[in-house]
Formats: sequence, structure tokens, C-alpha cells
Amino acid sequence: MDGLPSAARVVSARPTLPARLRRLWAYRELLVGMTRTALKVKYKNSALGFVWSMLNPALYLVVYYVVFQLILKNGLPYFTIYLLSGLLVWNLFSAALAGATGSVVTNAGLIKKVDFPREILPLAAVGAALVHFGLQVLVLFAALAAFRYNVNWSYMPLVVPSLFVLLLLAASLGILLSAINVYMRDMQHLLELVLLAWFWGTPIVWYFGLVSKAGSNRSIILLLNPVTAVTLTFQNAIYGRLSFTDKTGVYHQILPPYTNLQHLELLGVVALVSVGILWLAFVVFGRLEGNFAEEL
Amino acid sequence: MANAVEVRGVSKRFRIHHDKSLKERVITFGRSSHEEFFALSDINIDIAVGSTVGLLGHNGSGKSTLLKCVAGILSPTTGTIARVEKIAALLELGAGFQQDLTGRENVFLNGSILGMSKRDLEKRFDDIVAFSELDQFIDSQVKHYSSGMYVRLGFAIAVSVEPELLLIDEVLAVGDEAFQRKCLERVREFQREGRTIVFVTHAPDLVRQICDRAVVLDHGKIVLDGSPGEAVRSFREHLFSGDALAVETTTTGSGRHTGAVVRSRPTAPSAMEQRRNLKVRITDVTFEHPGLAEGRSYLLPHEPLGIRVTYDAQDRVEDVMFGIAIYDLKGNNLFGANTKIMGLEVPPAHGLGEIRFSFADVPLLDGTYLVTLAIQTRDEGVVYDWHEQQWQFEVMNPERTAGIVAMPLSVSLVENPPDPNPNLNPGPIE
Repeated sequence: MDGLPSAARVVSARPTLPARLRRLWAYRELLVGMTRTALKVKYKNSALGFVWSMLNPALYLVVYYVVFQLILKNGLPYFTIYLLSGLLVWNLFSAALAGATGSVVTNAGLIKKVDFPREILPLAAVGAALVHFGLQVLVLFAALAAFRYNVNWSYMPLVVPSLFVLLLLAASLGILLSAINVYMRDMQHLLELVLLAWFWGTPIVWYFGLVSKAGSNRSIILLLNPVTAVTLTFQNAIYGRLSFTDKTGVYHQILPPYTNLQHLELLGVVALVSVGILWLAFVVFGRLEGNFAEEL
Repeated sequence: MANAVEVRGVSKRFRIHHDKSLKERVITFGRSSHEEFFALSDINIDIAVGSTVGLLGHNGSGKSTLLKCVAGILSPTTGTIARVEKIAALLELGAGFQQDLTGRENVFLNGSILGMSKRDLEKRFDDIVAFSELDQFIDSQVKHYSSGMYVRLGFAIAVSVEPELLLIDEVLAVGDEAFQRKCLERVREFQREGRTIVFVTHAPDLVRQICDRAVVLDHGKIVLDGSPGEAVRSFREHLFSGDALAVETTTTGSGRHTGAVVRSRPTAPSAMEQRRNLKVRITDVTFEHPGLAEGRSYLLPHEPLGIRVTYDAQDRVEDVMFGIAIYDLKGNNLFGANTKIMGLEVPPAHGLGEIRFSFADVPLLDGTYLVTLAIQTRDEGVVYDWHEQQWQFEVMNPERTAGIVAMPLSVSLVENPPDPNPNLNPGPIE
């Protein structure tokens, strides 16, 4: 016996991070395939199909519009546009995170029988959420067209990096939680509550200016919520109104008057934090995944 | 020769958790109660490239756990496993099929789960469909498939990976006979192409048919690593030493092992058994063969077998004839004889008596064989006692020959065959 051929893999050892990333890359087609499957399966046999993805934000829109604009009379001009620009970001984040967290447990059958890079599962959930986001953006376009609303083009280039940062954050947390969820199934239910609190802790329905004057301590606390940096970018780019004066002549600050650079700084901080979480997620996932098949 | 798999000192400990929720973890301060057991302990196996190795063992022996460790699905608690990179593990055919997707969509999804690229799959798609014989159904949802169709598609996708190492877990046992034959043909093709195959089974015949080496596992330990014949023998021995089969071994009052294995038969008594009047009764049956002295319960081919039958007649019975018949498990009558056919004059029975059937040579190969014993009148008009297929004995073939009859065979090549002379050759028969 001359030992193993050169192309051998030590399956018993925990693979190194670069080796796992290489393997993940080799399986990129599976990521696309699984994302597509998740979407196909979700709306198979439903008459409206993808329309349901769009009806969700549309309904939210109506409800929040009635409650906040007509009943509570918050006086925000073009509240619909404001709400949508933050809500879409949140929907993407929460769908991606919730989907990713449950992904490993949901695919128990596959994990017990087939060897493939398990990180694909939470990533595919993020991918599916991104496609839904794309559909919901159509609702936003419809709203913009209906109101003949002019977006703030100077902030528009920031949309792409902020979207990237959001996906990075959701994927990092998703990979981390999906592994933990295998050992503590309560994670899924806990996450639902956390996401609910997180939603109201993010300026989506209410606006940033209500809580803080720019640069104050309170705004720093608000910015500790990493999703805020992303919603602010979207709101600035799409809604674009920094302030309004109500009927009684009182001046209200809506959005912080950040420059592009300031936005990028904020996003950069979130990106750094996300990369840190991603590293932690890979380490934790790598430690736990060896026992997935027997825990599930 | 190089190795395709190297397993070194592998142990696998399983924990059976009793709780999993956060609440319970908090209550127990993070400790969770669990039991532990070792599914594998200190396993060492090298598998050479191009060999076909069978892993034999009954349920819970650890054979599937070992296969999963090699596949990379489970990670061993201690020890190392190294193997070639490109594998296909057929642990469950159609694992990962999405019920709501069509066969076609599942080919691409499942193929990419197994590590194939879209381009490869497009190239092999027609082959996959042809092998699975699903041309008409490839565009319907797999939830409408029969289990046979499901398995065919799963196998077709898995083998199209063209792996260096193929891991198979029992999957060949499913599907109809035609499909099984097709699978086996494909497996043979793999062998010819020099690929390595490891498969788990508890079908000893399959091991003998296609393996060139077999490993027997029992309670997570390697019991034997050798030729298929040896392995099948060892496997059967362990099967009988355990409680895996519902057989009991009769022991006489002194506790002596009699070698006669009584079958537990749930079936109703046969017609002949209903006719018995028990004027002469079989009271004890003892099997004798050379293996008993060596502590094995089975015969080797061509070993002698003696069956000693003790009977009891309360009243004197003049007309007595003893009969014996041997069947295989499918119910084929392999042999039958009685004292009249054998020309033996049986004296009238009264009180205890004993008769001995001696086979000088049992020309059987692998299998379990059933024995019927009967006491009748010479014209077979009255049945005193009849035990239909009540006893069994085992024969195990240490060689790789197949079938059930041990036909002594020698093979030789004819040196310098005569010139084919047309004049000497017989012409076609008119």
C-alpha cells in the first residue's frame, strides 16, 4: 500500500476556513439551485404565485398608512414612500435572517444523507429573501410612479453598498444562528420576538429625527442598531426629504443630513462588524456542523 | 496499490439527549442529561483503489455509521479518516428530492447537491433519464412517482456523478428485480472501470457475488476482515449467537447442546400434522455434525450430518415407517426418503426407540435448510406423527461459488486442442 493518492481529503478533521470557503465556492451552482428551488416550492400550486410576495408589503403599506397617517396623523409628507423605503429593507433583513436560522433544521433529511457544504443552506435562504426583495421593489416603483415622486439621485449610488452590507449582516447572523438552532430549537422562536422588537427599534414606521438631533448621544445609541445605517441610506436615497414644517409651523427633522461620506462611514462600520460576526459564524458553524447529522 | 480510504483508530460516540429546549437547559443549568454509547470503537481499515468491499453486520453493528463517517456526514469522535475527494454516497436514493418539483428539476437540484455542475448534468441528462426509464414522467412532479420510480431516478443521478469511490448503503435492496439487476450491472461496470466501492448490506449473497473483500462488524468492532466467504460465515455465526433471529436451540435435560435448531413457526399445522394420532411420537431430535465439536452451529459443504430421532409408542404398534424430507427456505423439496424406500425393516414399536438418519455427505452450499420428520404406516394411510419443516440446519460456504448445490468442480485448460478438421467435425444435425 502506498497510502492515499494526492487528491485525498481527511474527512475526519475539521477543514480550515480557506478550505471551507473554497468548497463553498465550488458549490456555488448549488446555492443558485437551492435559492431557485426555495422560490419554486414556496409558490408551486398557488394561482397568484409571486404576486403574494408583493401583496405583503402592499398590505403593510395600507395598514400603516391608515394607522399613522389617518388616525395618528403624524403629518409626514408622502408617508407611503417613506414607509416603503425602510420597510423593504427590513423585510429583506428579517426574511433572510428568519429563513437562514431555520434552514439547517428544515433540511435535516438532506444533512443526514448527503455530504455538501452545509453553509449553503442559510445562504440559500438569504438568496431567496433577496429575490423576494426584488419583487417588493416593484411595489416601491409602482408607488413612486403613482405619486410621481422624485427620488434623491445624489444618494442613489449608496443603495448598492448598503444592500451589500445588509446581506452580509443577515448572512453572518443567519449562519451563526442556523447552527445554534440545531442545538437549541428555541432559537427560532426567540428570534421571532427579537425581530419584532428590532423592527420597532429601527426607524421605519417612525423617523430618525423624532428621537435625536444629529450628533447627540441618542443618535449614537440609535446607530448602534446596525440595520439603522442601512434604512437611513435607503430613506435618504429614495424618500430624500430631510425635514418638514407642519401646519402649526413647527419644524421637524426627519432624516439626519448626512453626506455620502458619512453614510459610507456608517455602512463601513456595519460592514466591519458584519465581517467580525461572519468570522465568528464560520468558526461556530464549523465546530458544530460535525454533529449536525446526529443532532437532527 | 494506493488506498482510496484509510480509516485509523476511528471511534464514534453517540449521545442520546433527553431534552433540547432552552427552558430545560436553564432548569438543569446548562447540563443536559444524556446516555452515551459507542457505535464504533477503534476501527482500522484500509481500502485499496479499485477494490469492492462489503460491510456486513446486523442492525446496530455500526456499519452504516462507519459508511457515514467515510462519506463525511458524521464526524468520528476520535481517529482519522482520509479518502479520495470525488465520491458518491448512496445512503438513501432520492434524498433531497423536492416533492413539488418535477423529475427534471430534481435531476438538476439533486445533481448539484451531489457536486455536479450544471454543464455536466446537461450532458448526462439523457443518460439519467434513459437509465431511470422515466422518459414519460420526467416532467411530472416527483410526489406523483411510485417508490420504484423514485428510487430509479435517485440511483441514476447518483451513479452519473462518476465517483472514484462509491458508497452504497442497502439501497440495492429496494426496487424490483429488474431494477436491482440493472443496478448490479452498473456496479459491475464501476468495478471494471477500476473504481472503488464500499457497500453496506446484510445480504450475504450480494457480498459473495460482487465483493472481493468483506468486513464483518458487530457492536461497533471489526469481527473479521477477509474474503467474502469467510465473512459471510462469520456474519452468520454472529447472527446466530445474537438474538437477531427467532430461533431457539433445544437442549436436553443435562443441558447438552444437541445441535438441533427448532424453528418457531407461526403458521397453522399442515394437513399431515392435523392427521397425526400420536400413537408413535417423536420425543427428541438431535443433529450431529463435525462442526459441533468445534463450537460452530453450521455445516460446511460436504460434511456428514446425522439426525437422531427418539420416539415413544405407548402401545405396541406393528406397522411403522419413518420418513425424512429436506427443504430449502423457498419450500423446494431437496430430498425425501423413508425407511421403506431405503429397504429397512422396522420392528414393531413399543416404548422408547431411536432411529438415526445419517447423511455421509451434505452436498449443499449456503443456506438454511428445513427438515420434516414423519412416522407413518408403510402404506402411508395412517399418520402417527408428523413435524412439517420443524427443524433447521445451516450450511455455510467458505468459497465464493454460488448457488445451493455443492457440485464438485475442477477446471482445466486443454493443452494443444486438436486441429479443427472439417472431416472429423460432426455436421449439423439434419
